[in-house]
Amino acid sequence: MIPPQIRDLIYVLAAIFFIFDLKWMSHPRTALRGNYAGVLGMVLAIAATVFSQSLDWGTMAIGVGIGTVIGLVAALRIKMTSMPEMVGVLNGFGGAASVLVAGAAVIAAVSALSGAAGQAVGLQTRVATVASALIGSVTFFGSYVAFGKLAEFLGVKWKLHTWQKIIKYGFSAIVIAGAGWYGVTQGIQPHGAGSSEGLMGIAVIVCGLLIGGILLRKKDRFPGMNALKGISFLASMGVGVMLVQQPENQMLFWVLAAAAGVLGVLLTLSIGGADMPVVIALLNSYSGLAAAATGFVINNTVLIIAGSLVGASGVILTNIMCKAMNRSLTNVLFGVMGPTSETPDADEVYKSVKSTSADEIAMMLDGAQRVVIVPGYGMAVAQAQHAVKNFAAMLEERGALVEYGIHPVAGRMPGHMNVLLAEADVDYDKLRDMDEINAEMDQVDVVIVLGANDVVNPVARTDPQSPIAGMPIIDVDKARTVVVIKRSLSPGFAGIPNPLFSLDNTLMFYSDGKVAVQAMITAVKENL
Amino acid sequence: MELFIGALTVFVLAVFVGFEVVTKVPPTLHTPLMSASNAISGITLIGALLLAGQTDNPQLSRTIAVVGVTFATINVVGGFLVTHRMLAMFRKKN
Repeated sequence: MIPPQIRDLIYVLAAIFFIFDLKWMSHPRTALRGNYAGVLGMVLAIAATVFSQSLDWGTMAIGVGIGTVIGLVAALRIKMTSMPEMVGVLNGFGGAASVLVAGAAVIAAVSALSGAAGQAVGLQTRVATVASALIGSVTFFGSYVAFGKLAEFLGVKWKLHTWQKIIKYGFSAIVIAGAGWYGVTQGIQPHGAGSSEGLMGIAVIVCGLLIGGILLRKKDRFPGMNALKGISFLASMGVGVMLVQQPENQMLFWVLAAAAGVLGVLLTLSIGGADMPVVIALLNSYSGLAAAATGFVINNTVLIIAGSLVGASGVILTNIMCKAMNRSLTNVLFGVMGPTSETPDADEVYKSVKSTSADEIAMMLDGAQRVVIVPGYGMAVAQAQHAVKNFAAMLEERGALVEYGIHPVAGRMPGHMNVLLAEADVDYDKLRDMDEINAEMDQVDVVIVLGANDVVNPVARTDPQSPIAGMPIIDVDKARTVVVIKRSLSPGFAGIPNPLFSLDNTLMFYSDGKVAVQAMITAVKENL
Repeated sequence: MELFIGALTVFVLAVFVGFEVVTKVPPTLHTPLMSASNAISGITLIGALLLAGQTDNPQLSRTIAVVGVTFATINVVGGFLVTHRMLAMFRKKN
């Protein structure tokens, strides 16, 4: 047995390793070492915990065993293009774990102090329990919605694959059935529908029906959605205050978790496309804050430190993402786009669009000294990263300098494009930030825009009335020639036409990203 | 109350450390940063383990905690492993 003092010292050590994990993330060279530091910190914290008192190993082993298998399989099988979904799901498990730990802790505390429980549970524990249930539940349900939107099975009209149906209907069924079972067996049946327990049971059932029902809809918005958001927020707060006053009332805890679940679903459901990076970063932050709140519940310093590190990290990322879109967090959460004027007519904007072919591009690239590739979500969808890398390598062999200009919100999560290009073995020195590449854009001969739209729309600079006004963009229009690879002239997430496509120095190459890059490779070879 | 102030101090200082450290992470590593910090937030695992393993806890509490252990373990194992996979790809070639 480790004495409590030694255990606490090991916790301090673990916290230091967590800080070094994040610190070493500041450079690709040291980042791998940082991850090992994080693993070491976690192993130390777990070891110090389980050896500090006599515990039932069997029970713990069940959870750890199942969790390890699921975690291993998921992490090894996931494709790099699906990384946003993976991070979304992991956020959700973190949030759920926080709710469950806080719930279990309250039950344990109340039973240990049976009698004058309400008074004996300290104020800190009560407030922290409320925070834990609230933030954890919002994180869990919000993350599920984010995952469902990224995997394209929530709020969509088209036909679903079997696995998507299983998850979508299964999740709703479990939520409704679980809430129904809990409400009936714990509330209505033993105490009658009119009693306070019965009413709480009914509240849980209503929340379950709301969550399960809303998630089955084929649209991601509905009339009165923002009003319901407000109501579920106020309801969560109200139940939270009640729970602080009467912590021995375990049913209130689950009512709170259920109401916060409705809030989590509503907050994320209407968000999609280019706003996804903000939500993923925000949920990341919540999962940390939920862990920190749980730390307050069970009075554990390492939980508080680790949780607040993660919370801070998520807040920073959220902030970077919001700035990169020139939108406030409230705007994103309530689905408001910037100042909306009359959207210019697409036909008018696109009347002088010129299209091109792979051969023409190959000829143009012949004399190009500097080439910049600007990838967007379209590259991820087409899984074109390996083809892009081969294409770039070929141009480099011919003496050109090829770099990548990466917008902070390109893709569906922070750093999405970087991971894909790293997977294709692109040297990280060639991945240039928006500001860096913009400073040199006038020296660039050819820019190839691959599956990006809003992040290269010059309207953001020129039209103060546009929904994306003021959003920092990659100034591809300042390069000598721009090639835009795109399936069609359809608008991006902001839903506005892009005048870049009809500029004199822009050529459109209508094609799937991967097919286009492969055609260009062939054409450049033939052009030798 | 003293206990709470102590915990609150730790919380506030750790948030500042987090801000300082994470601001220096370049955009290239933002995805691995998220998955790594995700794994770290799986630290709730130790709380879950305690509640699941204490034999004097009520059965309901322990059952809930075991589910918590499972979720937190997925978070920790999956998070660190997927971060490792990503970071192993970021390298400099000569």
